[in-house]
Amino acid sequence: MIRSDVLRDIAPVIRDHLVVCNIGLPSQELHLLDDQPTNFYMLGTMGLSSSIGLGLALAQGKKVISIDGDGSVLTNFGTLPTIANNVADNYILLIIDNGSYGSTGDQPTYAGKKTSLTAVARACGCETVIECQASETKEVLEKALASNKMTIIVCKCESGNIKVPVITMDPVVIRDRFMKAVQA
Amino acid sequence: MSIHTKIVDDLVANDISFVTTVPCKQLAGVIDEIEARPEIYHIPSNKEDEGMGLCAGAFMGGKRPAIIMQNTAIGVTINTLATLTQFYRMPLPMLISYRGELREPVACQVEMAVHTKALLNQLNIPTYHFHKESDANELDAILKYTFMCNKPVAILTDASFWGGYGDQ
Repeated sequence: MIRSDVLRDIAPVIRDHLVVCNIGLPSQELHLLDDQPTNFYMLGTMGLSSSIGLGLALAQGKKVISIDGDGSVLTNFGTLPTIANNVADNYILLIIDNGSYGSTGDQPTYAGKKTSLTAVARACGCETVIECQASETKEVLEKALASNKMTIIVCKCESGNIKVPVITMDPVVIRDRFMKAVQA
Repeated sequence: MSIHTKIVDDLVANDISFVTTVPCKQLAGVIDEIEARPEIYHIPSNKEDEGMGLCAGAFMGGKRPAIIMQNTAIGVTINTLATLTQFYRMPLPMLISYRGELREPVACQVEMAVHTKALLNQLNIPTYHFHKESDANELDAILKYTFMCNKPVAILTDASFWGGYGDQ
Protein backbone atom coordinates (compact mmCIF):
# COMPACT_ATOMS: atom_id res chain seq x y z
CA MET A 1 0.00 0.00 0.00
CA ILE A 2 1.15 3.52 -0.77
CA ARG A 3 0.10 6.73 1.01
CA SER A 4 -2.97 7.35 -1.13
CA ASP A 5 -4.22 3.81 -0.32
CA VAL A 6 -3.83 4.58 3.38
CA LEU A 7 -5.70 7.88 3.00
CA ARG A 8 -8.51 6.14 1.09
CA ASP A 9 -8.73 3.54 3.85
CA ILE A 10 -8.89 6.00 6.73
CA ALA A 11 -11.08 8.65 5.04
CA PRO A 12 -14.33 7.35 6.61
CA VAL A 13 -12.65 7.38 10.06
CA ILE A 14 -11.15 10.87 9.91
CA ARG A 15 -14.11 12.51 8.15
CA ASP A 16 -15.86 13.40 11.41
CA HIS A 17 -12.78 14.89 13.05
CA LEU A 18 -10.57 17.91 12.59
CA VAL A 19 -7.69 17.04 10.27
CA VAL A 20 -4.52 19.03 9.66
CA CYS A 21 -2.92 17.66 6.51
CA ASN A 22 0.70 17.89 5.47
CA ILE A 23 1.94 19.99 2.54
CA GLY A 24 2.14 18.67 -1.01
CA LEU A 25 0.79 15.34 -2.19
CA PRO A 26 -0.82 14.26 1.13
CA SER A 27 -3.09 17.35 1.11
CA GLN A 28 -3.72 17.04 -2.62
CA GLU A 29 -4.62 13.37 -2.28
CA LEU A 30 -6.92 13.93 0.69
CA HIS A 31 -8.55 16.86 -1.11
CA LEU A 32 -9.20 14.65 -4.14
CA LEU A 33 -10.37 11.61 -2.15
CA ASP A 34 -12.61 13.25 0.43
CA ASP A 35 -12.68 17.03 0.67
CA GLN A 36 -14.27 18.15 3.95
CA PRO A 37 -14.62 21.51 5.71
CA THR A 38 -12.97 19.81 8.69
CA ASN A 39 -9.77 19.41 6.64
CA PHE A 40 -7.06 22.05 6.93
CA TYR A 41 -4.81 21.75 3.89
CA MET A 42 -1.27 23.02 4.19
CA LEU A 43 -0.25 24.69 0.95
CA GLY A 44 3.24 25.53 2.18
CA THR A 45 5.48 25.39 5.25
CA MET A 46 6.93 21.90 5.32
CA GLY A 47 7.15 20.36 8.76
CA LEU A 48 4.47 22.20 10.70
CA SER A 49 1.45 19.89 10.40
CA SER A 50 2.15 18.35 13.81
CA SER A 51 2.66 21.78 15.43
CA ILE A 52 -0.51 23.28 13.95
CA GLY A 53 -2.47 20.22 15.05
CA LEU A 54 -1.08 20.32 18.58
CA GLY A 55 -1.88 24.04 18.95
CA LEU A 56 -5.39 23.36 17.70
CA ALA A 57 -5.88 20.43 20.08
CA LEU A 58 -4.65 22.44 23.07
CA ALA A 59 -6.93 25.37 22.21
CA GLN A 60 -10.24 23.51 22.00
CA GLY A 61 -11.87 20.19 22.87
CA LYS A 62 -12.62 18.46 19.55
CA LYS A 63 -10.41 15.63 18.37
CA VAL A 64 -7.59 16.59 16.04
CA ILE A 65 -5.63 14.33 13.70
CA SER A 66 -2.43 15.68 12.21
CA ILE A 67 -1.45 13.76 9.10
CA ASP A 68 2.29 14.09 8.68
CA GLY A 69 5.06 12.38 6.76
CA ASP A 70 8.41 10.98 7.81
CA GLY A 71 10.26 13.66 5.85
CA SER A 72 8.22 16.45 7.45
CA VAL A 73 8.76 15.11 10.96
CA LEU A 74 12.49 14.94 10.25
CA THR A 75 12.33 18.60 9.16
CA ASN A 76 10.66 19.65 12.42
CA PHE A 77 12.18 17.17 14.87
CA GLY A 78 11.71 19.62 17.75
CA THR A 79 7.97 18.96 17.56
CA LEU A 80 8.21 15.55 19.28
CA PRO A 81 9.50 16.81 22.67
CA THR A 82 6.93 19.63 22.56
CA ILE A 83 4.14 17.11 21.93
CA ALA A 84 5.43 14.78 24.68
CA ASN A 85 5.54 17.57 27.24
CA ASN A 86 2.20 19.20 26.37
CA VAL A 87 -0.22 16.30 26.50
CA ALA A 88 -3.51 16.83 24.67
CA ASP A 89 -5.65 13.71 24.85
CA ASN A 90 -7.73 14.92 21.91
CA TYR A 91 -4.65 14.80 19.67
CA ILE A 92 -3.42 12.11 17.31
CA LEU A 93 -0.31 12.44 15.19
CA LEU A 94 -0.43 10.06 12.25
CA ILE A 95 2.96 9.82 10.58
CA ILE A 96 2.66 8.13 7.20
CA ASP A 97 6.19 6.80 6.97
CA ASN A 98 7.01 5.71 3.44
CA GLY A 99 10.73 6.28 3.88
CA SER A 100 10.81 8.92 1.18
CA TYR A 101 10.17 12.53 0.27
CA GLY A 102 7.14 11.73 -1.90
CA SER A 103 6.21 15.21 -3.08
CA THR A 104 9.67 15.94 -4.43
CA GLY A 105 10.40 12.74 -6.35
CA ASP A 106 10.68 9.97 -3.77
CA GLN A 107 14.19 10.72 -2.57
CA PRO A 108 14.93 8.42 0.40
CA THR A 109 14.68 9.81 3.95
CA TYR A 110 16.75 8.70 6.92
CA ALA A 111 13.52 7.27 8.40
CA GLY A 112 13.66 4.68 5.64
CA LYS A 113 17.23 3.84 6.60
CA LYS A 114 18.61 3.59 10.15
CA THR A 115 16.36 6.09 11.96
CA SER A 116 13.22 4.82 13.66
CA LEU A 117 10.65 7.59 14.21
CA THR A 118 8.85 5.27 16.62
CA ALA A 119 11.96 5.00 18.79
CA VAL A 120 12.60 8.73 18.52
CA ALA A 121 9.03 9.60 19.58
CA ARG A 122 9.37 7.29 22.58
CA ALA A 123 12.77 8.72 23.49
CA CYS A 124 11.25 12.21 23.36
CA GLY A 125 8.78 11.15 26.04
CA CYS A 126 5.65 10.44 24.00
CA GLU A 127 3.79 7.87 26.08
CA THR A 128 1.58 6.15 23.51
CA VAL A 129 3.44 5.41 20.30
CA ILE A 130 2.15 2.72 17.96
CA GLU A 131 3.96 1.50 14.87
CA CYS A 132 1.79 -0.36 12.40
CA GLN A 133 1.72 -1.62 8.84
CA ALA A 134 -0.26 0.35 6.27
CA SER A 135 -3.10 -2.19 6.18
CA GLU A 136 -3.60 -1.90 9.96
CA THR A 137 -3.78 1.90 10.04
CA LYS A 138 -7.56 2.24 9.97
CA GLU A 139 -8.04 -0.09 12.91
CA VAL A 140 -5.19 1.44 14.93
CA LEU A 141 -6.61 4.91 14.29
CA GLU A 142 -10.11 3.88 15.36
CA LYS A 143 -8.73 2.46 18.60
CA ALA A 144 -6.64 5.56 19.24
CA LEU A 145 -9.69 7.78 18.76
CA ALA A 146 -11.70 5.64 21.15
CA SER A 147 -8.94 5.61 23.77
CA ASN A 148 -9.08 9.37 24.41
CA LYS A 149 -5.32 9.32 24.85
CA MET A 150 -2.80 11.33 22.92
CA THR A 151 -1.34 8.88 20.42
CA ILE A 152 1.48 8.92 17.91
CA ILE A 153 0.94 6.43 15.08
CA VAL A 154 3.81 5.57 12.77
CA CYS A 155 2.29 3.89 9.71
CA LYS A 156 4.88 2.07 7.61
CA CYS A 157 3.89 2.05 3.96
CA GLU A 158 5.42 1.81 0.52
CA SER A 159 6.79 4.74 -1.38
CA GLY A 160 4.81 5.96 -4.38
CA ASN A 161 2.35 8.55 -5.59
CA ILE A 162 -0.79 8.88 -7.65
CA LYS A 163 -1.37 11.70 -10.09
CA VAL A 164 -3.38 14.44 -8.41
CA PRO A 165 -4.17 18.06 -9.23
CA VAL A 166 -2.88 20.89 -7.03
CA ILE A 167 -5.30 22.55 -4.64
CA THR A 168 -6.51 25.82 -6.11
CA MET A 169 -8.74 26.83 -3.19
CA ASP A 170 -7.65 30.15 -1.71
CA PRO A 171 -5.81 29.73 1.61
CA VAL A 172 -8.09 32.21 3.38
CA VAL A 173 -11.11 30.21 2.18
CA ILE A 174 -9.54 26.98 3.49
CA ARG A 175 -8.84 28.64 6.82
CA ASP A 176 -12.24 30.31 7.14
CA ARG A 177 -14.13 27.15 6.20
CA PHE A 178 -12.01 25.17 8.67
CA MET A 179 -12.52 27.65 11.53
CA LYS A 180 -16.30 27.51 11.00
CA ALA A 181 -16.10 23.71 11.20
CA VAL A 182 -14.05 23.98 14.40
CA GLN A 183 -16.71 26.22 15.94
CA ALA A 184 -19.71 24.20 14.67
CA MET B 1 4.69 47.79 38.48
CA SER B 2 7.57 46.08 36.67
CA ILE B 3 7.78 46.30 32.89
CA HIS B 4 7.38 42.51 32.74
CA THR B 5 4.09 42.69 34.63
CA LYS B 6 2.87 45.56 32.49
CA ILE B 7 3.61 43.70 29.24
CA VAL B 8 1.87 40.52 30.39
CA ASP B 9 -1.07 42.53 31.77
CA ASP B 10 -1.53 43.97 28.28
CA LEU B 11 -1.44 40.48 26.74
CA VAL B 12 -4.08 39.25 29.17
CA ALA B 13 -6.23 42.36 28.74
CA ASN B 14 -6.24 41.63 24.99
CA ASP B 15 -7.42 38.07 25.62
CA ILE B 16 -4.14 36.48 24.58
CA SER B 17 -4.20 33.07 26.24
CA PHE B 18 -1.69 30.97 24.26
CA VAL B 19 1.93 32.06 24.26
CA THR B 20 4.92 30.23 22.87
CA THR B 21 8.44 31.27 23.75
CA VAL B 22 12.02 30.70 22.67
CA PRO B 23 14.13 32.27 25.37
CA CYS B 24 16.47 35.26 25.40
CA LYS B 25 18.20 36.71 28.43
CA GLN B 26 16.40 40.01 27.89
CA LEU B 27 13.02 38.29 27.84
CA ALA B 28 13.56 36.13 30.92
CA GLY B 29 11.41 38.32 33.19
CA VAL B 30 8.49 38.35 30.75
CA ILE B 31 8.73 34.59 30.24
CA ASP B 32 8.68 34.03 34.03
CA GLU B 33 5.62 36.26 34.29
CA ILE B 34 3.85 34.38 31.47
CA GLU B 35 4.60 31.05 33.13
CA ALA B 36 3.09 32.37 36.37
CA ARG B 37 -0.22 33.55 34.87
CA PRO B 38 -3.13 31.11 35.01
CA GLU B 39 -4.89 32.94 32.14
CA ILE B 40 -2.11 31.97 29.72
CA TYR B 41 -1.15 28.54 28.40
CA HIS B 42 2.63 28.80 28.07
CA ILE B 43 4.18 26.37 25.60
CA PRO B 44 7.92 26.70 25.08
CA SER B 45 8.96 25.73 21.55
CA ASN B 46 12.26 24.36 20.35
CA LYS B 47 12.44 26.53 17.26
CA GLU B 48 10.51 29.62 16.30
CA ASP B 49 8.90 28.23 13.14
CA GLU B 50 7.54 25.38 15.23
CA GLY B 51 6.16 28.03 17.61
CA MET B 52 4.43 29.81 14.73
CA GLY B 53 2.80 26.51 13.76
CA LEU B 54 1.52 26.08 17.32
CA CYS B 55 0.18 29.65 17.25
CA ALA B 56 -1.58 29.06 13.91
CA GLY B 57 -3.32 26.00 15.35
CA ALA B 58 -4.30 27.80 18.55
CA PHE B 59 -5.73 30.69 16.55
CA MET B 60 -7.85 28.35 14.45
CA GLY B 61 -8.97 26.73 17.70
CA GLY B 62 -10.35 30.05 18.92
CA LYS B 63 -7.51 31.34 21.08
CA ARG B 64 -5.49 34.48 20.61
CA PRO B 65 -1.81 33.54 20.38
CA ALA B 66 1.50 35.37 20.70
CA ILE B 67 5.13 34.42 20.19
CA ILE B 68 8.11 35.67 22.17
CA MET B 69 11.54 35.25 20.57
CA GLN B 70 14.86 36.85 19.60
CA ASN B 71 15.38 38.82 16.41
CA THR B 72 17.67 36.05 15.14
CA ALA B 73 14.42 34.12 14.69
CA ILE B 74 13.44 36.33 11.76
CA GLY B 75 16.14 34.49 9.84
CA VAL B 76 14.60 31.17 10.86
CA THR B 77 10.94 31.98 10.21
CA ILE B 78 10.69 33.88 6.92
CA ASN B 79 9.18 30.92 5.08
CA THR B 80 6.66 30.28 7.86
CA LEU B 81 5.69 33.94 8.10
CA ALA B 82 5.12 34.13 4.32
CA THR B 83 3.51 30.75 3.62
CA LEU B 84 1.53 30.18 6.81
CA THR B 85 0.86 33.28 8.89
CA GLN B 86 0.54 35.75 6.01
CA PHE B 87 -0.77 33.40 3.29
CA TYR B 88 -3.68 32.24 5.50
CA ARG B 89 -4.11 35.74 7.02
CA MET B 90 -3.58 34.98 10.66
CA PRO B 91 -2.81 37.47 13.44
CA LEU B 92 0.43 36.99 15.37
CA PRO B 93 1.93 39.49 17.79
CA MET B 94 5.69 38.84 17.93
CA LEU B 95 7.40 40.27 21.00
CA ILE B 96 11.01 40.27 19.91
CA SER B 97 14.18 40.84 21.83
CA TYR B 98 16.22 43.09 19.52
CA ARG B 99 19.75 41.90 20.17
CA GLY B 100 22.75 43.56 18.58
CA GLU B 101 21.66 47.15 19.24
CA LEU B 102 23.31 49.79 21.49
CA ARG B 103 24.75 48.30 24.73
CA GLU B 104 25.11 44.86 23.08
CA PRO B 105 28.16 43.01 24.45
CA VAL B 106 28.18 40.14 21.87
CA ALA B 107 29.51 41.13 18.45
CA CYS B 108 27.83 38.32 16.56
CA GLN B 109 24.40 39.59 17.58
CA VAL B 110 25.02 42.70 15.49
CA GLU B 111 25.24 40.55 12.36
CA MET B 112 21.51 39.72 12.53
CA ALA B 113 20.54 43.09 14.03
CA VAL B 114 21.61 44.87 10.83
CA HIS B 115 19.24 42.66 8.80
CA THR B 116 16.29 42.62 11.19
CA LYS B 117 14.38 45.73 10.13
CA ALA B 118 15.22 45.22 6.45
CA LEU B 119 13.80 41.70 6.52
CA LEU B 120 10.66 42.78 8.37
CA ASN B 121 10.26 45.62 5.90
CA GLN B 122 10.72 43.27 2.94
CA LEU B 123 7.97 41.06 4.40
CA ASN B 124 5.62 44.06 4.84
CA ILE B 125 5.35 43.25 8.53
CA PRO B 126 4.22 46.23 10.64
CA THR B 127 7.14 46.87 12.99
CA TYR B 128 7.37 48.84 16.24
CA HIS B 129 10.61 49.52 18.08
CA PHE B 130 10.59 49.93 21.87
CA HIS B 131 13.70 51.88 22.92
CA LYS B 132 12.52 53.66 26.08
CA GLU B 133 10.38 52.09 28.77
CA SER B 134 7.55 54.53 28.04
CA ASP B 135 7.34 53.11 24.48
CA ALA B 136 5.57 50.12 26.02
CA ASN B 137 2.54 52.35 26.55
CA GLU B 138 1.72 51.61 22.91
CA LEU B 139 1.64 47.83 23.40
CA ASP B 140 -2.09 47.71 24.09
CA ALA B 141 -2.85 49.57 20.85
CA ILE B 142 -0.39 47.41 18.88
CA LEU B 143 -2.09 44.23 20.09
CA LYS B 144 -5.53 45.58 19.15
CA TYR B 145 -4.15 46.55 15.73
CA THR B 146 -2.72 43.05 15.21
CA PHE B 147 -6.04 41.30 15.82
CA MET B 148 -7.88 43.93 13.79
CA CYS B 149 -5.81 43.38 10.63
CA ASN B 150 -4.97 39.63 10.99
CA LYS B 151 -1.27 40.08 10.30
CA PRO B 152 1.96 39.18 12.01
CA VAL B 153 3.23 42.30 13.77
CA ALA B 154 6.74 42.76 15.18
CA ILE B 155 7.56 44.54 18.43
CA LEU B 156 11.32 44.96 18.68
CA THR B 157 12.56 45.58 22.20
CA ASP B 158 16.20 46.64 22.47
CA ALA B 159 18.71 46.62 25.32
CA SER B 160 18.03 50.23 26.28
CA PHE B 161 14.36 49.37 26.69
CA TRP B 162 15.25 46.54 29.07
CA GLY B 163 17.85 48.64 30.89
CA GLY B 164 20.96 46.86 29.63
CA TYR B 165 22.12 43.28 30.02
CA GLY B 166 22.97 43.26 33.71
CA ASP B 167 26.10 41.26 34.43
CA GLN B 168 26.51 39.71 31.00
